[in-house]
Amino acid sequence: MAMSPKDRIKIQRQSMPERDADVRNADFKEVNIGFSLDLAQTESVRCLQCKDAKCTCGCPVGIPIPEFLERIADNDLKGAAEILLGANALPGITGRVCPQEEQCEQFCVRAKSKNGEPVAIGHLERFVADWARENMDIRQICAPATGRKVAVVGSGPAGLTCAGELAKCGHDVTIFEALHTVGGVLTYGIPEFRLPNKIIEAEVDRLRQMGVKIVCNVVVGRTFTVDELLTDEGFDAMFIANGAGLPVFMNIPGENLKGVYSANEYLTRTNLMRAYEFPEAETPIIKGDRIAVIGGGNVAMDSVRTAKRLGAKVATLVYRRSREEMPARKEEVHHAEQEGIEFQMLTAPLRILGDENRWVRGLECQRMELGEPDDSGRRRPVPIEGSKFVIDCDVVIEAIGTRANPLLTATTPDLKLNKWGYILVDETGATSKPGVYAGGDITRGSATVILAMGDGKRAAASIHAFLTANAECAVAR
Amino acid sequence: MFRILDARRLASDVKWFRIKAPLAARNRQPGQFVILRLEEGGERIPLTMAAADRESGTIELIVKAIGATTKHLCELEAGDDIADIMGPLGKPTEIHACEHAVLVGGGVGTAVIYPLAPALREAGCFVTAITGGRTHDLVVLEAELRSVCDDVCVTTDDGSYGFKGNVADRLEELLSNATKPVGVVYAAGPVPMMRAVCDRTRPHKIRTIVSLNPIMVDGTGMCGGCRITVGGQQVFACVDGPEFDGHEVDFDELADRLTAYRTQERTALERFEREHGHACASTRLTTA
Ligand SMILES: Cc1cc2nc3c(=O)[nH]c(=O)nc-3n(C[C@H](O)[C@H](O)[C@H](O)COP(=O)(O)OP(=O)(O)OC[C@H]3O[C@@H](n4cnc5c(N)ncnc54)[C@H](O)[C@@H]3O)c2cc1C
Ligand code: SF4
Ligand code: FES
Repeated sequence: MAMSPKDRIKIQRQSMPERDADVRNADFKEVNIGFSLDLAQTESVRCLQCKDAKCTCGCPVGIPIPEFLERIADNDLKGAAEILLGANALPGITGRVCPQEEQCEQFCVRAKSKNGEPVAIGHLERFVADWARENMDIRQICAPATGRKVAVVGSGPAGLTCAGELAKCGHDVTIFEALHTVGGVLTYGIPEFRLPNKIIEAEVDRLRQMGVKIVCNVVVGRTFTVDELLTDEGFDAMFIANGAGLPVFMNIPGENLKGVYSANEYLTRTNLMRAYEFPEAETPIIKGDRIAVIGGGNVAMDSVRTAKRLGAKVATLVYRRSREEMPARKEEVHHAEQEGIEFQMLTAPLRILGDENRWVRGLECQRMELGEPDDSGRRRPVPIEGSKFVIDCDVVIEAIGTRANPLLTATTPDLKLNKWGYILVDETGATSKPGVYAGGDITRGSATVILAMGDGKRAAASIHAFLTANAECAVAR
Repeated sequence: MFRILDARRLASDVKWFRIKAPLAARNRQPGQFVILRLEEGGERIPLTMAAADRESGTIELIVKAIGATTKHLCELEAGDDIADIMGPLGKPTEIHACEHAVLVGGGVGTAVIYPLAPALREAGCFVTAITGGRTHDLVVLEAELRSVCDDVCVTTDDGSYGFKGNVADRLEELLSNATKPVGVVYAAGPVPMMRAVCDRTRPHKIRTIVSLNPIMVDGTGMCGGCRITVGGQQVFACVDGPEFDGHEVDFDELADRLTAYRTQERTALERFEREHGHACASTRLTTA
């Protein structure tokens, strides 16, 4: 389908069809409907097929973006899917949760021109992944069994990716997961309205078909120590991807009142334990009429939109910087606005107020203004004198970040950590302990799904080399 | 799936279970707990392991039927399965070697202190256990305690058996009359009881270790729901505990946080009793 660049330039970015904001903010079904074939083809033709494709450099796993877009335009969806899956095992997930505006799409030349908008790479990635899941036999052919055993700790994106890559190379892989179900943050953190569980389940089914064993309810560090797995249980190598699970609290007065949650707890109760189906699902949650969520990242955005769906009349996001500094994905901010979330920007919480029975009744805040840039390069918020006010609310959710979970590392003294307690790795993903590799949030601090996946893939290659003294896996995708 | 191998009723609302759970059993030490989920859609609840055997891959749990989940669990029998059991969780009990160690268990809290006795005796302590309940029928594990302790005192609030009064009163008496000086007290049970124990040991400056039971979800330090205040610091009971220096614990806050879901718990219980009404009646008959 040869179309001149001039004609391509004329096509506007296609917008993602989404469910009506007033309907979707009362349920947990996915917000985005997905491109139709027509929309996908129109959008993919917008790609100028640059020789030196900058978008690909912006993708942490280097998906050959123009190539897969061209296949869509040519109506060769199978070809598109093969290219995509060759570089990224979980495109149905990344197409939905990657911060594309900071990655591939940021570098798209079409965004450089005046009023230009980048090609909707994420939406197209999702389109191809969904098509492949429904129409292709995505079973992977694995190399002959090598007889080498690898343990993967944690079933988040890093662990799942690493397990898949290693199984492909013929290794005998077992994933150990602490919770009763797999997926890590993809399951317990990111809500279904953004990432339906069926997408994670499909991936896990694929891993099982490849012979990956999954053992839930195992807390490495307690059930088995790392050393026990390597000695008693006979694993030849290990990949640690247990995430950055420990929630940080602000340390302001009133945090232990009833009605105060960490975002992790609030989201876990809702997503993992399905508290919105209470009492059919037995885990309760304090619903609240007026909810305040503190933070400006994806976690805060997911919490505040969840609160709305649980029936809050007013769901407010409280963030101490301005909208421009919010680290959340742009699309989520946009969706939150449509869904009726209130934004209190440049607002810093001072304390949580309680009633006589120690239930939350409000959040005392102070207005801020932006001063000089701080270490992170963002302008530092400074308090405005005499600007205290109270947000009436009955539930407060803190989504201000996480720390390294020390449970595993505390029982593995020979694993070197950095000063924040994250596991130190070299450029191959190797830790200070021979045969033990690590990746994802436990090495980076809270990062992204795609970076965790990239780490899983890199570590798998290193582990394969370590086990076979051979860098090339016998079967490429 | 985790198979129940044995089940026995210890009191009208307390039941003992032996369950096949080799992974939870293999590294279990006294003081540690599991989180279990009975079935798809069920809650995750923490329960202390009363014992575990690595060889046979089994753990023992003692459960008091209070809420919907524990009531449901107490209806299960040998041959039934539990969907998920995760553990061992929490830090093992710090075994404080001294001349005389006292274990204080209120109601089903006795199941928490009972496994400490052998370890303390091994460390050379003379071990006294004080256990109690509102009435004789609610006293559990007396025989088991007698088999592992040097001395056992039983209390009932109504005087229907043993010492009339509560375990804290009995402890006070012991502290003022003990021939062997008490070096450490371990307490587990309802919050008011643990607080009372700490109030009695504080003047004597006796190290008092309490096993706390806040609401938990994941049990791995991921949610912060189990946070409590100890010595003015926020800690997570599932990873930093569940045992803490009782003289430093903010019991008021703990007691209050435990009531956060009271309304929902009532709803869940009503629903459970509606759906399991028949089963409930039959257990009542068998235990009568
Ligand atoms: C609410 C929320 C929204 C997010 N939104 C986005 C987004 O839109 N886009 C994006 O790119 N990123 C997002 N992130 C960040 C992203 O999810 C993480 O960076 C990513 O999941 C990290 O992957 P991981 O594999 O390292 O760890 P995790 O996903 O954290 O998985 C770790 C797994 O290990 C298990 N585990 C922990 N300890 C043990 C142990 N001792 N033994 C056995 N298992 C253990 C845990 O239960 C968990 O299942 C979000 C995070 C949250 C919390
Ligand atoms: S994986 Fe993420 S960065 Fe890479 S092409 Fe897809 S959306 Fe863009
Ligand atoms: S139960 Fe979630 S952190 Fe302790």
